[in-house]
Amino acid sequence: MTAYFVKRLIIAALTLVLASMVVFAVMEILPGDPARLMLGLNASADQVEQLRNQMGLNAPLVLRYLHWAGGLLSLDFGRSYTYSVPVIDLVRERIAVSLPLALIALALSTIIAIPVGVFSASRQGRAGDTLAMGAAQLGVAVPNFWFALMLIYLFAVWLHLVPAGGFPGWSAGIWTALKSLLLPAVALALPQAAILARVARSALIEVLNEDYIRTARAKGLPYRAVLWRHALRNAMIPVLTILGLQFAFLLAGTIIIENVFYLPGLGRLIFQAITQRDLIVVESIVMLLVAAVILINLIVDFSYAVVDPRLRGRQ
Amino acid sequence: MTMRIDLPEETLAGVLAKAFGNRSFVIGLVITLLVVAVALVSFLWTPSDVTRLVIADKTQSPSHVHWFGTDHFGRDILSMIMVGARNSIAVALVAVGIGMGIGVPLGAFAAARGGMVDEALMRVNDLVFAFPALLSAIMITAIFGPGAVNAIIAIGIFNIPVFARVARAGALAIWPREFILAARAAGKGMTRISIEHILPNIATLLLVQGTIQFALGILAEAGLSYVGLGAQPPMPSWGRMLFDAQTRMVTAPWMAIFPGMAIVITVLGLNLLGDGIADILDPKSRRRR
Amino acid sequence: MKLWKTILAAAVLSFVAATSAFAARTDLTLGIVLEPPHLDPTAGAAAAIGEITYANVFEGLTRIDDNGQVQPGLAESWAVSDDGKVYTFKLHSGVKFHDGSAFSADDVKFSLDRARAKDSLNPQKPLFAHITDVTAVDPATVKVTLDGPQGNFLYDMGQVAAVIVGKGSADGNKDKPIGTGPFKLDHWAKGSEITLVKNPDYWGTPAALDKATFRIVPDAAAAVPALLSGDIQAFANMPAQDALGQLQSDPRFSVVIGSTEGETILSINNKKPPFDKLAVRQALASAIDRSAIIDAASNGLGKPIGSHFSPGDAGYVDLTGVYPHDIAKAKEYLKEAGLENGFSATIKLPPVPYARDGGQVIQSQLKDIGINLQIIPVEWAEWLSQVFTNKDYDLTIVSHVEPNDIDIYSRPGYYFQYDNPKFNDVIKELGATVDKDKRLELLGAAQKILAHDVPAIYLFELPKIGVWDAKLQGMWTNWPIEADDLTKVKWTD
Repeated sequence: MTAYFVKRLIIAALTLVLASMVVFAVMEILPGDPARLMLGLNASADQVEQLRNQMGLNAPLVLRYLHWAGGLLSLDFGRSYTYSVPVIDLVRERIAVSLPLALIALALSTIIAIPVGVFSASRQGRAGDTLAMGAAQLGVAVPNFWFALMLIYLFAVWLHLVPAGGFPGWSAGIWTALKSLLLPAVALALPQAAILARVARSALIEVLNEDYIRTARAKGLPYRAVLWRHALRNAMIPVLTILGLQFAFLLAGTIIIENVFYLPGLGRLIFQAITQRDLIVVESIVMLLVAAVILINLIVDFSYAVVDPRLRGRQ
Repeated sequence: MTMRIDLPEETLAGVLAKAFGNRSFVIGLVITLLVVAVALVSFLWTPSDVTRLVIADKTQSPSHVHWFGTDHFGRDILSMIMVGARNSIAVALVAVGIGMGIGVPLGAFAAARGGMVDEALMRVNDLVFAFPALLSAIMITAIFGPGAVNAIIAIGIFNIPVFARVARAGALAIWPREFILAARAAGKGMTRISIEHILPNIATLLLVQGTIQFALGILAEAGLSYVGLGAQPPMPSWGRMLFDAQTRMVTAPWMAIFPGMAIVITVLGLNLLGDGIADILDPKSRRRR
Repeated sequence: MKLWKTILAAAVLSFVAATSAFAARTDLTLGIVLEPPHLDPTAGAAAAIGEITYANVFEGLTRIDDNGQVQPGLAESWAVSDDGKVYTFKLHSGVKFHDGSAFSADDVKFSLDRARAKDSLNPQKPLFAHITDVTAVDPATVKVTLDGPQGNFLYDMGQVAAVIVGKGSADGNKDKPIGTGPFKLDHWAKGSEITLVKNPDYWGTPAALDKATFRIVPDAAAAVPALLSGDIQAFANMPAQDALGQLQSDPRFSVVIGSTEGETILSINNKKPPFDKLAVRQALASAIDRSAIIDAASNGLGKPIGSHFSPGDAGYVDLTGVYPHDIAKAKEYLKEAGLENGFSATIKLPPVPYARDGGQVIQSQLKDIGINLQIIPVEWAEWLSQVFTNKDYDLTIVSHVEPNDIDIYSRPGYYFQYDNPKFNDVIKELGATVDKDKRLELLGAAQKILAHDVPAIYLFELPKIGVWDAKLQGMWTNWPIEADDLTKVKWTD
């Protein structure tokens, strides 16, 4: 058991090192000079060269990689070229938007998906099931940025219920801040909910066909109790796996939605940093996200291994 | 992910009868064929030329001349959607092709060899999975420049680990079976067994995954074009049509509604088709999916 | 369509009812498209830095007003020596920086010396190239000596990169800008907004607003709903031009179309075949239909130009008729160049709507004379390195927003790769001329050379599309420089 965990940890660490090299290499071949971008049209070549020296861009490649990677190990993420503040400060500000947004979207998605999944599973093959799963199919097919635009025009421009975008900051009051995260969260949650509902339904149906459920029913337990108390609990593993994946996706995959709602989140920070060639910001944040995904995968794998020792050999 | 090999017991007629009794399959097939037909027709005929800009006709509402209205350059939206279908299908199809072409051999190889090779390949797989897909696509296009080809590559790369995983899981379930043991006893090599026996038996699995990835590819292409990284003008693309539409939502809503519907319907059709195929070929999957 | 309008009207009514309670307010939220990387105008070229800080936070010796005229700034008056080489500035007294330190001639000397120093990273370093000496005569008098007469010197000292910074605070200006202006930085929520508050110790007329927030709205699509929902009350320059019709018909908003110094041009790589041939450039100029481009790329609001000069500036000559839109003539020019079967070329488009939209129209128009353009969209970083620095391009579209910049065609190594000794002579003479009439004459001559020789195709002057709450007064109509001067902005009832 311990050997398995240690092996997985070593592999995770190796993956991170490899990922850091990939990220660094990719940013190296990105065309465009951050120094020229900062100084603009009227700066001379000498001025640009001087700024490059100041920014440490002229040091040898390997040295720069080691400097950056070494910094990461001691949780020093470097300084942003454009903002000239520590990257970690930027991350801290942005994660205060992205993390709550991801959590709200995840919560919304779960609140919608689980009841729909249970409803569908309990009426398998009947009209209600068909209707619910049809709606889920539709939900999966809608591009979330298009859905977001429709939401903005309906709820912000016509009905004035919520702001059309922007984030006033948590200092503006929890309710005010939450209100501005509501539409983006809905736009993000709907497609996720559609996927989750389908997974929940099939997992439940699978469990409902297991022997112990039949036994429970044969013993005279009411269907409702069997469904909610026994079946749902056992169907949770695939549902939680998907939730883990979705969480990782929501943390990083919200670039387009953050742009549509001009939210100052992580996704937009990276997007902006790529266009401004703020290399260090891109490198460090991508690494953070990669690390988050690897960590989530690790936790999922470990919890499987604890629940079902047979899986250890196969994974 | 176990696979039932039920095919040999069923006749073709039986499968067809089941297929046309399956609602998902029929609806999905009809929609998909319709979209493909529209794309093919656009090679021969469109209501008007999408590469010619007629500024004087800009943002006209739907009429009998322009059924879906015109965009901010006076182009016919219906024609653009027709030609855009070509672009969406081509990008998604080739991206799936790349994913299958590279991912399936990798997955089959990993399953056949097992041990360190398997482990190493799957870890590389994990590495690709660990990168946020959209972000990586943006970086790829930032390096090589935006365009349909680079969008294909960006989407294709992220299809590789998906197919590798599915192929490996499918193959792992087949390897211990008796007919494989028999083939090995007959002296057939690993590669030959993989091609002759494993691949045909995981084909349905790959087909189902293929339709799902195809649908995801269409959505991904729309997303990339929406942020300006997909096909470039004068080639119309659904995602960029939505980008152009977004500042004109109130004045020219048709610019946003029709391309959006095109995406939704196409993706819906493909997903239904995938579900249908899975149902028909693997009755157990009806419950799982 | 009727239903849409009814719902919209209902929404508008409910909004008007809801906002009337906020009359005579003293706070303002403005939308800006790009977030500045930092707030030091002497250390970065990003236009957003000046947009926020110019006249609000930082002030120069002189200042440029809404009409592009030079006004006194921190210098209340000045005298010029007879040979045009020595400027003596008399400074305002009682001026304090935001950190409480007193402003004096020493700060002026410090700022100008810093900008022209060898290791200066000032983005507009050429502005200071002719200064040979700066002397603080007494705390309220500064003497600036030039290497020769400079026709534009007072204007240049009013530009964004020439603002006066404090001796003790200059190094921290990126994060904590310390100027002398009527507003000071309150806080900057990175990625979200920058808030300025009134400076109670301001030396001049105090601002009417207590608080001004610049909110970053990067997505043109988000700009319209932000205005309609009332989240943002002003866009000095609206990114979504197509929504204008809708905003103009809405009584809540003022839509004010002004001019900028942005000559939007189709730049040509003059050394790259076949564009090194005059006939090819003439073919391009004749094939292009300016009015269609203006319609598509600036919603019909841009003023057509025929040379590299702003129609609002003194000395402007209308040269839009030199090469009228004429497909037959364009084909003749191509034949003259031996390219009657057309050719293929690329056009690199930076990420701004006028370029991306204009590029598509030009692509379609040039197709008519057999020129196949391949569109290559680029980010600004790529544009700067590929097009501007390495001259690796055929055609590109860009707006040159620097004021009085016709001299760029004479700069050696500039990305047009244009080299015309006759033009260079005119510019050289212009630089040394102080006499007003003579200057205008030379400017006219320079414009004519460019119009006939087509080192670039001149499309239109970029409009400034101001959209703000109808109850707001004092916003700039024009953008002689990119600045949102809020010193006179106030709410009326």
